[in-house]
Amino acid sequence: MQHSTLRFVATICTLEGITWADTVPFLSPTTIFAPTSTPAQSIFDLSLFVMEVTGAIFAVVFSLLVYSVVKFRKKGAADGPEPAQVYGSSQLELAWTVIPVLIVVVLFLASARVIASIQNAVRPADAIEVTVVGHQFWWEYRYPKLGVVTANELHIPVSDPAHPTPTFLTLLSADTDHSFWVPRLAGKTDLIPNHPNSMWVDPHETGLYLGQCAQYCGTQHALMLLRVYVDSREDFDRWIQQQSKPAHASTTVSEGQKIFEQTACINCHAVAGTVANGRFGPDLTHLMSRQTIASGASKNTIGNLIAWIYNPDVLKPGSKMPAMGLSVQQSAEVAAYLATLR
Amino acid sequence: MPAESIALPLTDTARPFTSRLHQWVTTVDHKRLGLLYIGFALLFLVLGGVEATIMRIQLIRPLNNFVSPQVFNRMFTMHGTTMIFFVAMPLVFGFANYLVPLMIGARDMAFPRLNAFSFWMTAFGGLLLYFSFVGGDGLYGGGGAPDVGWFAYAPLTAQTFSPGHSTDFWTLSLLVSGIGSIGTAINIITTIFCMRCKGMVLGKMPLLAWLNLTMAGLVVLAVSPLTAAQLMLLVDRYMGGHFFDTQAGGSAVMWMHFFWVFGHPEVYVLVIPAFAFASEIIPVFSRKAIFGYPIMVAATVCIGFISMSVWAHHMFTVGMSSNANTFFVLSTMAIAVPTGIKIFNWLATIWGGQITFKTPMLFCIGFLFQFLIAGLTGIMLGAAPFDWQLTASYFVVAHFHYVIVGAILFTAFAAFYYWFPKMSGRMYNETLGKWHFWLFIIGFHLTFDFMHVPGLLGMPRRIYTYEPGRGWDIWNVIVTIGTFFQAAAVLIFLGNLIWSYFRGKVAGSDPWDAWTLEWSTTSPPPEYNFATIPEVKSRRPLWDLKHPEDPDWQYE
Repeated sequence: MQHSTLRFVATICTLEGITWADTVPFLSPTTIFAPTSTPAQSIFDLSLFVMEVTGAIFAVVFSLLVYSVVKFRKKGAADGPEPAQVYGSSQLELAWTVIPVLIVVVLFLASARVIASIQNAVRPADAIEVTVVGHQFWWEYRYPKLGVVTANELHIPVSDPAHPTPTFLTLLSADTDHSFWVPRLAGKTDLIPNHPNSMWVDPHETGLYLGQCAQYCGTQHALMLLRVYVDSREDFDRWIQQQSKPAHASTTVSEGQKIFEQTACINCHAVAGTVANGRFGPDLTHLMSRQTIASGASKNTIGNLIAWIYNPDVLKPGSKMPAMGLSVQQSAEVAAYLATLR
Repeated sequence: MPAESIALPLTDTARPFTSRLHQWVTTVDHKRLGLLYIGFALLFLVLGGVEATIMRIQLIRPLNNFVSPQVFNRMFTMHGTTMIFFVAMPLVFGFANYLVPLMIGARDMAFPRLNAFSFWMTAFGGLLLYFSFVGGDGLYGGGGAPDVGWFAYAPLTAQTFSPGHSTDFWTLSLLVSGIGSIGTAINIITTIFCMRCKGMVLGKMPLLAWLNLTMAGLVVLAVSPLTAAQLMLLVDRYMGGHFFDTQAGGSAVMWMHFFWVFGHPEVYVLVIPAFAFASEIIPVFSRKAIFGYPIMVAATVCIGFISMSVWAHHMFTVGMSSNANTFFVLSTMAIAVPTGIKIFNWLATIWGGQITFKTPMLFCIGFLFQFLIAGLTGIMLGAAPFDWQLTASYFVVAHFHYVIVGAILFTAFAAFYYWFPKMSGRMYNETLGKWHFWLFIIGFHLTFDFMHVPGLLGMPRRIYTYEPGRGWDIWNVIVTIGTFFQAAAVLIFLGNLIWSYFRGKVAGSDPWDAWTLEWSTTSPPPEYNFATIPEVKSRRPLWDLKHPEDPDWQYE
């Protein structure tokens, strides 16, 4: 049982492109106890301290409770004399007021230090800037300095602790409240309409980091998944270069492209360099550079694309993309067109 | 007429059913209204429990298809709203209604008709909420309960994102029941200030009265902003207002402030009466006076005040300034001090006593352990940076269920068993009571201990499904199994109440050899409570009566 579970997890992790090392703590790729970025690391250090203190309090009070419940249970005759009545003790009560006050002061100071170090961190001039826009139920990523727009899979460069290149995220929302939570990189911060927020990360290891929306945002809150690819600097630069190129230019217009451009698809989706310039849905210019569709809900395969176009509710019931009433054949043609958007 | 009404309810089965029903519907007697509140709460406890069970079945394995996302979202919205507003609040009000006049030697609440009005407002609020299952979509279609979450963050509640009427049912039911809550709170405050019997100065009131006084004060201060916010939401939805309409410059964060300025004191509205039950029951079953009465009162009032200044610790992730976050860390942690005092004082009450493990005491001991843990996870959540990881995850869900179930429901069960003989005139079945306790505590720990873990592993709350491979699967299986233990225990509890009501041994007026005034009158008490209004000299008038050689008033 144990063994097969482990193997199952291992298989999934390999599929997801996560190495074993990432998943060792509690076998979870989203544990808060395996930080790889400064904000997550300082939270982790604080959490250990807080848990040591609360653990010690627990041990003491728990033991006292067990001792007194066992020791002072009624023995002997049913109607013996009443025990001695004690009405209070100023010394004792003073003691268990003052000691907690001291503990609270220590915990407060420790927390205040970490709050300041994370929230008041200085943004270096060469920090990567990404604007994250939460939508029901997907993520839009814009790199304003680099001229790149993409969706659902965030790419950021690894940050060498000796020469940090942190990424600063500006968090916006197009509709309801969302929350950006990738536990191994940082704590969560909400995306609230009309209330811009920000956070930062500086991951020290490359790899894929998972997370998901952590503020209830509507029907498909559950499958509003986060995927953060931390690339080496060279890979990141290459990715930016590739994403900056215009869409795949074909000399002939395929049947699928015709259908795509003649139905309402283009009201919501953009393909740079074509008539499609909608902004309500994910930008599809480089769709095939992504490993997943539907905000991480499904793998980006031709079969899933066809199913998704034919009826999105099959993969993600309640998603905002409507079924366009296309036949399976037409859906397949649109999928074939989308498959050329590399 | 009076002679007839005294004979409650054991012998009044002879009356025709419609006559008895009429009497219950038109009653202004604090005891009957208390029982109505409690019965109403039990009904909704079953409904909320069914909703919880549906959610737990859906989450028992990844990518489960037991219910659709739409249904799941309705379930957690209805579960939260039901349990807080239509189970916990009516339970608290029911016991306060029943016990406060009896314990302060009064014949009724200060405003009996306001009391009836308040109960029926709450009852109709609850019915309105559940009517949404058939009326929620109005003309749009088949029906649907609200699905915006129990704290209903803007702008998800705007017409744009919540068309139909499901959100209106949520808003209106809380508006209506909120008016009932405020009415009852005013009634409790007035009763305690104006109706105490001779000799009962504030410093000689039973702790239960002090704690309910604090609770009622908090209700007035906390429910009012919620009621105001519901009105603002209605203005937004139907009159073109922009309070929370972010697309027209409104503020989603303002809703959060309104909600949590209610929501956090609300936790103390519920837990302070739980403290009250523990503070009455633990001394009786330890055979000792409560340890440090004055500091217990001071700690309670202190908790009441501090709890008004901690609300934004529910909002550490919404982008407040570092200064604001730091302030709310301090105020949140400060509340641990008076709470800690209480735990130590209960411990000192037990210390040197002679504990008998009747069912009420078992539930109180469970409460002490669980409230300790709930307080400590609360400190973890109070450290804002740690909260950035923990909040909105299953860790925080586990934490507040530790408070609401592990502390509040446990002491409420204790209160049920402790005062059942007084309310019904009959003893409950002790064996069934012990079965209830052990099954429930096993189920509770299976569910809520293990629920902390997926939160630490990144599982957010309010997701109807999850992918395999996150390391969450096994924990969710254990959590769901615990649910069934709890459900079985609650069924035994309800069975025990019904069986004992008809078949239990006759209890007599003072089955626990207790010390407060409610045990000096018959079980159940007559409509007028006391034939002659009692006069007290100490906090434990019945102790004085039973121990004339060593009365309390010599020491107080």
